[in-house]
Amino acid sequence: MAGQLAGFTVSLCLLGFTVAVFEDQVGKFDWRQQFVGEVQFALFDTHSQASKKLLVATEKNIFASLNSRTGELFWRHVDKMGPEGHIDMLLMHGQDAVVVVGNGRLLRSWETTVGGLNWETVLDTGSFQSAAFIGLQDLVKYVAVLKKSAISLHYLSNGHQKWVENLPESDTVQYQTVYSGGNGQVFVLGVVPNSHIVIVEYNIEDGEIMKQNSVAAPWMSSLKSSCVVVGIGVLLCVDPTTESIYTLPLQSEEQTKMTPILLQTLGLEMASGFQPVLMSTQPHPARPPLSEFFLQLGPDHHILLQLKDGHISALRDFNPSYLVSFATTGEKTVAAVMSPKNETACSINLFSADTGRRLLDTTIIYYMDPNGGKPTKLYVHAFLKKDDSVGYRVLVQTEDLVLNFLQQPGRVVWTREEALADVVTMEMVDLPLTGTQAELEGEFGKKAAIQDGLLPMVLKRLSSQLILLQAWLSHLWKLFYDARKPRSHVKNEVTIETLSRDEFNLQKMMVMVTASGKLFGIDSKSGAVLWKKYLENVQPNSVFKLMVQRTTAHFPHPPQCTLLIKDKDTGLGSLYVFNPIFGKKSHISVPALPRPVLQSLLLPLMDQDYAKVLLLIDDQYKVTAFPSTKNVLQQLQEMASSIFFYLVDASQGRLSGFRLRKDLSTELIWEVVIPTEVQKIVGVKGKRANEHVHSQGRVMGDRSVLYKYLNPNLLAVVTESTDSHQERSFVGIFLIDGVTGRIVHEAVQRKARGPVHFVHSENWVVYVYWNTKSRRNEFSVLELFEGMELYNSTVFSSLDRPHPPQVLQQSYIFPSHISTLEATLTEKGITSRHLLVGLPSGAIMSLPKMFLDPRRPEVGSDQSREENLIPYSPEMMIRTEWFINYNQTVSRVRGIYTAPSGLESTCLVVAYGLDIYQTRVYPSKQFDVLKDDYDYVLISSVLLGLFFATMISKRLAEVKLLNRAWR
Amino acid sequence: MAPLSSSFIAIISISIVGFYMQFGDCNNGRRVVDNVESDITGFSVPLEHSFEVDDVPRFRARGNIQLKAGRENGVFLSQALLSEKDRSLLKDVAAVDGLYRIRVPRVSLQSDRQTDRQLEGYLTAFIRACSLVESHLSDVITLHTDVSGYLIGVSIVTVPSACRGAEVEDEVDLEIFNTTIGVMAPVNAPAPETALYIEKMEQEMDKKGKPQEQKSFFAKYWYLILGGAVFLMATSSAQPPAGGAREQS
Repeated sequence: MAGQLAGFTVSLCLLGFTVAVFEDQVGKFDWRQQFVGEVQFALFDTHSQASKKLLVATEKNIFASLNSRTGELFWRHVDKMGPEGHIDMLLMHGQDAVVVVGNGRLLRSWETTVGGLNWETVLDTGSFQSAAFIGLQDLVKYVAVLKKSAISLHYLSNGHQKWVENLPESDTVQYQTVYSGGNGQVFVLGVVPNSHIVIVEYNIEDGEIMKQNSVAAPWMSSLKSSCVVVGIGVLLCVDPTTESIYTLPLQSEEQTKMTPILLQTLGLEMASGFQPVLMSTQPHPARPPLSEFFLQLGPDHHILLQLKDGHISALRDFNPSYLVSFATTGEKTVAAVMSPKNETACSINLFSADTGRRLLDTTIIYYMDPNGGKPTKLYVHAFLKKDDSVGYRVLVQTEDLVLNFLQQPGRVVWTREEALADVVTMEMVDLPLTGTQAELEGEFGKKAAIQDGLLPMVLKRLSSQLILLQAWLSHLWKLFYDARKPRSHVKNEVTIETLSRDEFNLQKMMVMVTASGKLFGIDSKSGAVLWKKYLENVQPNSVFKLMVQRTTAHFPHPPQCTLLIKDKDTGLGSLYVFNPIFGKKSHISVPALPRPVLQSLLLPLMDQDYAKVLLLIDDQYKVTAFPSTKNVLQQLQEMASSIFFYLVDASQGRLSGFRLRKDLSTELIWEVVIPTEVQKIVGVKGKRANEHVHSQGRVMGDRSVLYKYLNPNLLAVVTESTDSHQERSFVGIFLIDGVTGRIVHEAVQRKARGPVHFVHSENWVVYVYWNTKSRRNEFSVLELFEGMELYNSTVFSSLDRPHPPQVLQQSYIFPSHISTLEATLTEKGITSRHLLVGLPSGAIMSLPKMFLDPRRPEVGSDQSREENLIPYSPEMMIRTEWFINYNQTVSRVRGIYTAPSGLESTCLVVAYGLDIYQTRVYPSKQFDVLKDDYDYVLISSVLLGLFFATMISKRLAEVKLLNRAWR
Repeated sequence: MAPLSSSFIAIISISIVGFYMQFGDCNNGRRVVDNVESDITGFSVPLEHSFEVDDVPRFRARGNIQLKAGRENGVFLSQALLSEKDRSLLKDVAAVDGLYRIRVPRVSLQSDRQTDRQLEGYLTAFIRACSLVESHLSDVITLHTDVSGYLIGVSIVTVPSACRGAEVEDEVDLEIFNTTIGVMAPVNAPAPETALYIEKMEQEMDKKGKPQEQKSFFAKYWYLILGGAVFLMATSSAQPPAGGAREQS
């Protein structure tokens, strides 16, 4: 027995599933791009002149440092998802960055050069309001955190709490702002909406309340949106109804009334219905803010004002102006203003903050991307030049989440596409043929052959051969030319013009759809963004579905992709049709969709232009076809009785099947209702349309064949129990035929809970769940077989398959949580399948499907060994050599996309989440590729040697025969 | 624990988790008409069917499904003969490749009170009418329930289910339904089988471990002990070392 087992282990080792890369292969077939998401706070390190650091905190709960010269990441900290890791505030002083995380849960200080944590303090509970540095005598020593009902002061050096004080009457007063001018007091400002303002003054040393005052302000609802502190402790508030600015000195003795200044006296007028915004600057936390401030009067109108001796004077009016920002370097503070120049460009100028004069030679021209959005945020990095004048660079963030870093006079230093941090769905499209290949295609096209006679065909052939020869010669010339150049220069850039399919179709176009409504075309080989398109007026909670209607295979028709954008609330949809290679919007007229779309269906039917027909079903079960040419409608009429579709209403647990009628209406033909009181549907998955299965069955140990149940219409429906008690919760798996509504199999995984991830392919379903009793993750695999005989081997019809399949199932323990699950896909389906498992650690594991086989025997027998079945073991190991992304972890992986390549052994994989990672996997190793170190010299010398040996021996044999004949 | 694990062996070693199908009687209409028993502690739901040339469903009664509540889901189907009119209609529908639909109301098989049983709506299924005709009305109807005994779906297939265009004699073949009815409840998906695996590992360990343990301590280390004894004897008979002498002085 032991010997057998040992023998088996050896055979296992021989099988060898290693997919690891060699050191010199790192980055050869794969690439990774890291993102941070929409920037919320951005601070430049002004500590030293040569500093390249740019600190950003983003909506995705990421705190990172970017290299301001290249745009690359120095370091990045990915916090928890959701409100728990939300970054409330980012402050920076010297080398330290102070961050408030999770609605005031944690206070952290980071060292900014290497990104190490200096200290972390857990704060008292209470919702976060504001935080500020508190300075004393030009030294910044503390950071104050204002919560809903308390204020606490912490040492900047170690995070220890200096004091914490409850705020008076915190149940009625909304405290919103904390301010310190650097002279020993901390002011906390609160408001009782539409009644009065409360000002509490604390002593820095012991937290004692020095003074408490309330000032009537019946017009005020919130401090945050309308008030700032300007100059030596003067509170400024703007009131849109009376169009006036109120001033209130915080430190003076007689705080009784706010003094109004009408905007009209300054000659200003407010845009109607606009909430005006005040913006001030405090260059050093230990000193009072400047007395100059911006007032935004309309969406495109800002004005620079100055407060002097209780009087406000206008320094400069910027109309129109999109964005304004203050920046300080040394002792100088400047204001940067972005104003429109023409249709496609904006100009950014610097103005002296204290006078409002424009600084000479400070214009930056910012060209707006016609396929992008409007600029939304402006961050300025000012520095002193050698001649003591102010130079600056700007970071511009746009609606479509592009970060542009510009320097004078308008050079874009770098660009980051942060929309890619939130990829929703993607497709891979084959690249087009080169001109010469297309020429050949055209020659043998159907139309050409019919039109032309014999002689023109011969001429055509000759001419195309000439063109091929010419192309080959030019290719040789290019090779020769490149060979003379040094290596570094040869690296040719990938552009849309030079895109063409490679020999094995390994390079493809990745079409990515992001949550912000921006589309990208990315070269899969290099990761370069080749085109991008921002779709304006896409609702933020839209659902996207991307379909390839026409592939690149139908020259001269351009490939065509259709994006269905569906509003989640209303269900109303719209179509966006584009060319996936060039990103250009197609001019094809798109059907209007006045009713909510329930289901979309891409049929294998094609119109005369080889575009697949897309059916859209609305909430009245009417069908819209796209394209809807006569040809298509005719085909649909002929095919109507064999076009079925299903709808899933998870809220009612209803699955229903419909059949198309000739007049494009539909009829209900089956209905399955899973009561929602017991379980709710969490996922429905069919099989991928481009999936091929090479072998119909599995050869068993005794040479008989076990046929697979390959139903292309099968749906896997996964439910979770509504009862979440750990003993009674369960996960349900239903396999339902999508045409007949027949429940093919029904299984219940007891004591299980979601989140359930599952893959449905070939004749198997793999799902992962959480075992509530044993507190562990488990894999389960279902395989369906027809049995030893095939019912109808020529064609599969759901309507003609009376016998239910045999279902085998087995489960395994998996030692880690998983984030996502996908299966590899190859051209012909000959290569064995692997499962790609995205782990929360950022690793992507390629798990051979062989380990998830319900026929793994408990005790190995000769027959099972014959079949190469591995004896069952309940635990599935995580082997690090199965990680296809070695150390290139993919943060928060949300989806994995697989696409076949032209090589049967190779499957292209893209993992996306916060990062994007592209690689190739070879589930059965590269059986159709010669290795890099293949010894051509040896094989050809052996061949030549054999050839000569036969020649010589033949000669010798002849001589010998002749001699014998003479004898 | 032991009997439980042995039942697991049975499942795993066969490793074919089949369908739990409890088939009821295969009734033909004639026998059933006088066979309806009222004393079955169950309840009945109507089985309705519809076949129309214009394909607009108009359901009418086909029979009654007798369901016995409780764990053992006994199920019987009583159904009437197909009338002359229906027979010709069915043939007409089959000729235009229409659909033959059935439906049952949504009910719960578990709950005891009649009021709780009934839920709103129906569960429907269909086959091609021609396959029903060509199979001479021999169909298999399966009722699917969920974990808590609610009916969630119904399926119908005919054997054979292909339409080959075979001619059917009216009177003989299209009168009586030859129906097999069953109830299918979800099967329990297996959990990872750890107990057996551990047992197997222990057995292997035992096999490996035993021959070594049989050797006694002395048998294993006799050479060390002998060597040690020889060494001790050699040192005790020799002169005390020089270092000790120095200490004494």
